Amino acid sequence: MLLELENLATSFRTSSGEVRAVDGVSLTVQPGRTLGIVGESGCGKSVLSLSVMRLLAHPGRVVGGRVMLEGRDLLGLSGREMRALRGRDIAMIFQEPMTSLNPVHSVGFQITEALRAHDTTSSDSSLKRDAIAALERVRIPDPSKSFDKFPHQLSGGMRQRVMIAMALAGRPKLLIADEPTTALDVTVQAQILDLLRDLQAETGMGIILITHDLGVIAEMADDVAVMYAGRVVERASARELFEDPQHPYTLGLLGSIPRLDLDRERLTAIEGSVPPPFAWPPGCRFAPRCPFAEAACDAAPPPLRDLAPGHQAACLRAPL
Amino acid sequence: MRRYALQRLALAAPVLLGVLLIGFLLMQVVPTDPATVRAGPQATAEVVAAIRTELGLDEPIWTQFFLYLSRLAQGDLGVSIINSVPVTQELGATIGPTLELMFAALIWSIPLGILLGTLAAYWRGSWFDRITMAVSVAGVSLPVFFLGLVLIWIVGFQYQLLPFTGRGGPLWTMDGFLAVILPAVTLGGVFVGPVARMTRTAVVDSLTADHVRTARAKGLSEFRVVLRHALRNALIPVVTLIGLQIGFLLGGAVVTETIFSWPGVGRLAVGAILSADFPMAQGTIIVLSAGFIVINLTVDLLYAVLDPRVRLS
Ligand SMILES: Nc1ncnc2c1ncn2[C@@H]1O[C@H](COP(=O)(O)OP(=O)(O)O)[C@@H](O)[C@H]1O
Ligand SMILES: [Mg+2]
Repeated sequence: MLLELENLATSFRTSSGEVRAVDGVSLTVQPGRTLGIVGESGCGKSVLSLSVMRLLAHPGRVVGGRVMLEGRDLLGLSGREMRALRGRDIAMIFQEPMTSLNPVHSVGFQITEALRAHDTTSSDSSLKRDAIAALERVRIPDPSKSFDKFPHQLSGGMRQRVMIAMALAGRPKLLIADEPTTALDVTVQAQILDLLRDLQAETGMGIILITHDLGVIAEMADDVAVMYAGRVVERASARELFEDPQHPYTLGLLGSIPRLDLDRERLTAIEGSVPPPFAWPPGCRFAPRCPFAEAACDAAPPPLRDLAPGHQAACLRAPL
Repeated sequence: MRRYALQRLALAAPVLLGVLLIGFLLMQVVPTDPATVRAGPQATAEVVAAIRTELGLDEPIWTQFFLYLSRLAQGDLGVSIINSVPVTQELGATIGPTLELMFAALIWSIPLGILLGTLAAYWRGSWFDRITMAVSVAGVSLPVFFLGLVLIWIVGFQYQLLPFTGRGGPLWTMDGFLAVILPAVTLGGVFVGPVARMTRTAVVDSLTADHVRTARAKGLSEFRVVLRHALRNALIPVVTLIGLQIGFLLGGAVVTETIFSWPGVGRLAVGAILSADFPMAQGTIIVLSAGFIVINLTVDLLYAVLDPRVRLS
């Protein structure tokens, strides 16, 4: 097991009290495999990934659970130990390639700096060679020339390639990609996903791929966790999830991509949107939007239940 | 970059021309006849008339303006009414000390303000932040002359630790260094607060930027994250904001020079105005305005150096 989250909980202290944006999430990521995390905007995907990196800004705070990376609990590490791990064992790329790179430093500077953070002995020129090699690996044309370019001189797709080059420069075992293609147009999106897949085959890293787009999941993920309102509501292999979805929310999400072979009644789109943490109902958080809801759903949040080997859903009505 | 610099320079030229025009018009409205002044008190009417012709004072006003510009280009700004010394000679002797004072005031106050502002931003909400900002706000409302007089009274007069009148020589000599301390602390002192506050705002802003999160995700040390990313980017707005304080700096220099009898352009300007020495006053106003333009230009260029999006566009 590469990464194992056990009951991870994260809250924000706000003026209206403490809110739990992530509320008891358990997940696993295997080396060389891709875990897709899918869910609508606002269901806690970014907060979850920043909690794993321990990069959550005030007033966010991890309040419970464990983040085990190869058997080590990251939540127990000192700041210094955690820094040594970031970029070397776990790396992260973000949604906005436009703002995620520093506009005042050259691409080369930013990659070299990432290398230098974990390597105090190599010479500057050897780090520069490594940085150019990293640019080459993400298939940036003319890498030694791009080394001196500034982010504003590159397109969105090229900037995201730079982000990937930077993240992978330290050869991490785990890459967390938080909506890496959402800000890009469709053809560029496909190129970036291809690139990630090839790099994974080359390096054997595990990937957590976060998206609100089931199309991306279908393309990339080996395993899937569906998140709703701070919790995982369904977990399965990607194949199983698409063939036999068990949570009404997953069904709803699938309803928004056209499927000819789906024999159930189609839910074209889910009415409403994810409630913010302070407005979560006491029972199943999806119940207010769920066509299958019954009185018992409002009592308590249903736990994840095994429905088939490797397939769990948090729904009283499952199997549907 | 070169195009940007030329553009800025081209924009500064009309402003400089405007300043010279105002200086010229100033001399048109004052009740002194430059020919009489040049001729001296004992001159006969014929001599004065000859000088009037030589200076072109009977020509139409636009011709006079161009004559004035060409004399200016040759370094001729007239002579002092008080002691008949050429204005440019006096200016030449006072510009050095003024630059020296500004240098000595800014070399410590801007770095200190930036340091305090950055730490306050990093530890926002802490006691350090609160005290620094409270003192900064108090400092903003502290007039230069008040700080100067307090320093003179306590450090110079009561304890006699440092000299407080005049310049002791070039900065690199012991006397010169000691003499500049109190004026530089006075003029710089009122700058620390505003620079600290502007820096704090800009750094707080950039600490929440996405690219700062990226820097942390790479595993950089906090020192590097704050210095090379948060502060480095915040310097762009900070330089602009410091640029907006130029008027404040020049005004402060005039006051500081006056109370410390510092032999600079500011003190010369005050003396010339108080004694109605119009040609001298005109000269000092031109120099101070030109200084304003030059500092503005420097800020614009610094801005481009700091921001590749400006530099490379
Ligand atoms: N700084 C914050 N303060 C308070 N609540 C926050 C903060 N950041 C995120 N949240 C809450 O956490 C929830 C999950 O946000 P996020 O993880 O960004 O969603 P996603 O990435 O799935 O779109 C949101 O409902 C939001 O209200
Ligand atoms: Mg998000």
